[in-house]
Amino acid sequence: MTTTPSESATREAAEALTGVETTARSIAEAAAEPATGITGAQSLVRSLEAVGVEVVFGIPGGAILPAYDPLFDSHVRHVLVRHEQGAGHAATGYAQATGRVGVCMATSGPGATNLVTPLADAYMDSVPLVAITGQVPSRAIGTDAFQEADIRGITMPITKHNFLVTDAAEIPQRIAEAFHLAATGRPGPVLVDIAKDALQATTDFSWPPRMDLPGYKPTTRPHGKQVREAAALIAAARRPVLYVGGGVLKAGATAELAELAELTGAPVVTTLMARGAFPDSHPQNLGMPGMHGNVAAVTALQKADLLVALGARFDDRVTGELSSFAPHAQVVHADIDPAEIGKNRRADVPIVGDAKETIAELVGALRAEHRAGRTSDLSAWWAQLDDWRARYPLGYEWPEDGSLSPQYVIERLGAIAGPDAIYASGVGQHQMWAAQFIRYEKPGTWLNSGGLGTMGYAVPAAMGAKYGRPDTTVWAIDGDGCFQMTNQELATCAIEGIPVKVAVINNGNLGMVRQWQTLFYEGRYSNTKLHPVDAEGRPRPVRIPDFVALAEALGCVGLRCESKDDVDAVIEKAMAITDAPVVIDFVVGADAQVWPMVAAGASNDDILAARDLRPVFGEGQV
Amino acid sequence: MTRHTLSVLVENKAGVLARVSALFSRRAFNIESLAVGPTENPDLSRMTIVVDAESAPLEQVTKQLNKLVEVIKIVELDGAAAVQRELLLVKVRAPLADRTTVLQTAELFRARVVDVNTDTVTLEATGTPDKLQALLAVLAPLGIKEMAQSGTVALGRGPRSMSGAGTLRPVDRTA
Repeated sequence: MTTTPSESATREAAEALTGVETTARSIAEAAAEPATGITGAQSLVRSLEAVGVEVVFGIPGGAILPAYDPLFDSHVRHVLVRHEQGAGHAATGYAQATGRVGVCMATSGPGATNLVTPLADAYMDSVPLVAITGQVPSRAIGTDAFQEADIRGITMPITKHNFLVTDAAEIPQRIAEAFHLAATGRPGPVLVDIAKDALQATTDFSWPPRMDLPGYKPTTRPHGKQVREAAALIAAARRPVLYVGGGVLKAGATAELAELAELTGAPVVTTLMARGAFPDSHPQNLGMPGMHGNVAAVTALQKADLLVALGARFDDRVTGELSSFAPHAQVVHADIDPAEIGKNRRADVPIVGDAKETIAELVGALRAEHRAGRTSDLSAWWAQLDDWRARYPLGYEWPEDGSLSPQYVIERLGAIAGPDAIYASGVGQHQMWAAQFIRYEKPGTWLNSGGLGTMGYAVPAAMGAKYGRPDTTVWAIDGDGCFQMTNQELATCAIEGIPVKVAVINNGNLGMVRQWQTLFYEGRYSNTKLHPVDAEGRPRPVRIPDFVALAEALGCVGLRCESKDDVDAVIEKAMAITDAPVVIDFVVGADAQVWPMVAAGASNDDILAARDLRPVFGEGQV
Repeated sequence: MTRHTLSVLVENKAGVLARVSALFSRRAFNIESLAVGPTENPDLSRMTIVVDAESAPLEQVTKQLNKLVEVIKIVELDGAAAVQRELLLVKVRAPLADRTTVLQTAELFRARVVDVNTDTVTLEATGTPDKLQALLAVLAPLGIKEMAQSGTVALGRGPRSMSGAGTLRPVDRTA
């Protein structure tokens, strides 16, 4: 360990964090005061203060530079990241952990294009985000000026909406509209690109500005008749499943969901984006469906006679081959986005509305059904479900070569850090294991890149989450491939006093790709080995990079664990360090695989519980 | 092929056309024709979009269009209940020997002569896509030098309008 911030410095930082939130609120009222003869940049910063922004993740540069001057004096805090991609994912992690709008800032050209991946990521996972980018001066737009990129054009298909501002007078209105669009309806990222001359021009500021969005009218109240029809289907169903997606978390509807689940007595499956929306400890929770879902969860959908999809979008990773997905089921599909309904699977009862209101109204309508004596006996269904659960539980085998099991590491991490911690994962095998083997009990404790599948998400997202919830333990669970994409943000964490913890599940390979090569490409490991090998392909006894040394170089505590006996101790040691970021290099076997699995494009009926193990479902019983 | 005509009121702002065409491209929806122009309200433009609805269900096309923040309203205009027109400019070879044939054809199709010289005649014709296709079929043997054709523009028949009182029923936003 070389440069660790002192304990007192971190405590000061932590106090500053909690202080900012209260100050930001009081500033919001002060900022509502009108001002004349200020710059566009000052107007921008006043606008950010007025909407209650607590923190901006970003990097300055030429075109955005005017904005950084008034930001220097503002109570809006700025975290100087090391790469704009880190700023975007940090804002996403912040938003997912707190429910507030995440904010990132970058300069024109390469600064803005480095935000493309996190914007696409936030768009796919419906994360409320506002990105503010500088643009070259308006007279230079279109001339291929230095650091010019048409970021509005580039991000059109990956943002909910975006703006180009060339008039300083528009700045407060566009900022207000951006935050409104990002946070309401189906949340998503909004980009505001501001020309440098607009930031420098003299303008007036008043708050709140008039918003002008005549084409934006999200439907939040569900249609009463549709809700009653849905309740009638639920009351009559013999094999219902509540198919819960990330929309339930976005809407803050977990209490309503618990009520609906208990009222129906139906099994609940929580998608990758919805882990934590319903407690894993609840007996009705069958776990995660999909390509690497539990046998019971996948099979429940396949055998169901009614799917009640709540804030879920019938993603291909859940449905497998669409034509054979849930072939016997009628579908109630509730979503805030009308375009999701009927996109992949026809809905028998479509409900457009906010998940919180929709589920609350479903509870009321279902109570009416029950009062009228219409209930369904689900005991045969549960006997079947419990049988699948008992016969095909999630599990893993220890590697035959005596190496450390990655699943065990993740399972112990979840057990020791517990259900109050936040877990942010990268993308790949470790992500699936973290979704499978950690028990999620609370909303906002599982952050990952579900839709876009962005390797490199974990470290910056954990940083943003830790910033937003400084009193919560935040673990990034990352693969060695992912970790090498964005670990530079650990320097940000060390310097800014954001003590995240990182478990690198280091198998020396791009593990998920390697698994597919094992299964589908006859073990031809084309370009998936990350560790150094000799001429015969055997691992060489050298670590490149040495993650412990790398962690220390980045100002973190670096730890390593290579055997089962040390796992608990090293996790506990990391848990005891609260004043610096910690990285644990868990050196694990390269051949562990994620099971169960539905092969890409295959039917969910062809799920394999483990390699070459096809479950027997007892067809005659359902 | 199933063709549907959508009349789309959008905010009259820079970049809206790019947004709409990018949406069609990204979602793999096929556009047969697209025409954009001003409306009676300076804040709004009207896009008339003819889509090949076999590429994706029309419902999905309209729902995705409705998600664009700058799209105000969408109405489907079907054949019988709407007037649909295209504009055609066509330059036809018309040496003296053929000139009468060209002019008679123009008269039959109520096309106007808008330019004449010793070698060619340029005709202006409006009508439904079918009528213009028929005109071109007759002119083709004479030799078409070049042509320019607009996309379809359309309005619903009857007293109602998309934006005024007694509005046309929009394509359902919600279900």
